[in-house]
Amino acid sequence: MTTAVLPGTLSLGLARGATELREFFRQKENLIFTVSLPAILMLLLGTVYVREVAQGQMFAASMIGAGIISTSFVGLGMSVVADREDGTLKRLRGTPMPFTSYFIGKIILVFVSSLVEAVLLMIVAIVRFDVQLPSTAEKWFTFGWVFVLGIISCSLIGVALSSIAKSTRNAAGVLNLPYIVLQFLSGVFISTAALPESLRVTGSLFPLKWVCQGFRSVFALNDGYAVMEAAGSWELGKIALVLGAWTIGGLVLVSRTFKWSNAAS
Amino acid sequence: MNAIRVRGLRKAYKGHQAVAGVDLDVARGEVFAVLGPNGAGKTTSVEILEGHRDRDGGEVSVLGVDPAKGGREWRSKLGIVLQSATDAATLTVREAVHHYAKYYADPRDPEEIIDLVGLTEKAKSRAGTLSGGQRRRLDVALGIIGRPELVFLDEPTTGFDPEARRQFWSLIKLLAAEGTTILLTTHYLDEAEALADRVAVLAGGRIVAEGTPRTLGGRAHADATVRWLSDRGYTEIRTSEPTKAIAELSRNGELAELTITRPSLEDVYLELIK
Repeated sequence: MTTAVLPGTLSLGLARGATELREFFRQKENLIFTVSLPAILMLLLGTVYVREVAQGQMFAASMIGAGIISTSFVGLGMSVVADREDGTLKRLRGTPMPFTSYFIGKIILVFVSSLVEAVLLMIVAIVRFDVQLPSTAEKWFTFGWVFVLGIISCSLIGVALSSIAKSTRNAAGVLNLPYIVLQFLSGVFISTAALPESLRVTGSLFPLKWVCQGFRSVFALNDGYAVMEAAGSWELGKIALVLGAWTIGGLVLVSRTFKWSNAAS
Repeated sequence: MNAIRVRGLRKAYKGHQAVAGVDLDVARGEVFAVLGPNGAGKTTSVEILEGHRDRDGGEVSVLGVDPAKGGREWRSKLGIVLQSATDAATLTVREAVHHYAKYYADPRDPEEIIDLVGLTEKAKSRAGTLSGGQRRRLDVALGIIGRPELVFLDEPTTGFDPEARRQFWSLIKLLAAEGTTILLTTHYLDEAEALADRVAVLAGGRIVAEGTPRTLGGRAHADATVRWLSDRGYTEIRTSEPTKAIAELSRNGELAELTITRPSLEDVYLELIK
């Protein structure tokens, strides 16, 4: 009888994270759709719309917001659906790996892939549109917490929605449709000030608008540009509140809806 | 203590009774095969034993633990070989085996396991590029990396070519020789005959027969069929004493195309699941 101790939850979580990243970046679909598409859209739309520096700053901020929602909401949602479809979750459930380690692995995946996405978009913005990065520690601090709260809340919603999609084919629709629609309602493609009241209110119910608004506050040349927001100010407190609420709501949803497999139990 | 003890196991899906009162005992070190047609309740039963599925009723003990309450310690003693997984497709064989080895307290050497399942030449290939038979051997490698006391194999050779099946069988025999308890489901009778110490036939959610492959369903005591070619064409007699019958028949000279057959496992099986 062996009495050797099973490995710890955290060290297994780190091992999962390394494997998750390795698998994510080896899949062409991820590299093309989840990672490259926001950069390509930024290039295309920016070339059409951006006429002056200030505009470029705001546009880049919104696109970075949309980019990290792509890696967290769409990317993570898709990866959980794939784990369910290809047997990863079933296999893991038959091993002594704790569920928390699986979750830690996913957090690492989302964090690193979103960071890669944000850096990629910043490079495109700097090289193509002469965008300036924020210069104060305060701005970077804002960027940091909006980034973290944004990817956590959107990851949780993505995982919750992944329970609806039975296959990766379905998931592409279930996840991409709200993502694309919300980009129109959240000031990514069109300034929120230009939207009719009903669409603006709808957009403000979801995290994307608040992530983009937070990033605009970071990238704006000065705080005077806050007048261009629908509320006339950056509303940083409200951003924290909305994203925090979605995080808690997402946690509740995931803990109630998470499934290990597509089969009925 | 038996490795597996099941009494009165029941499970229904939306009014359909998939498992309707199964009793099962599997001793430690035994290779036990569950035979049955599709929809007989094999996979459901096995998934309940693995702790992957809830049950409606009955007592279940796997390695002394109720699977519904099994924790990490218990799971680390099981090896589950999946039926149709395509996971880890972008990992190489070596990466996948090394990764899964990390989950266990006392894993086998990953390189030895890769060698044991015959994937040494494919160690650097991504799992997604393996053939069906190679993929299943990787599944076995991942299932046994943690030195399990009990291994579940659910229809392991479905879709294999004959050579891959024979290779797979020798792998299972190797595991059995090390003293690992193995529960195997299959609908190939030759597979059960080649591998199992004991066999149970599951039909309509119930066990309809149990025994060794040689004695299942009264096979050993069944009448033999003696068949030969006479002037009147092929002639058959059924007898419990074939030696005596042939001695009498052969008094008149040579019997052309003489055969003596007993019901094959397949004959018995087909009779049982009617």
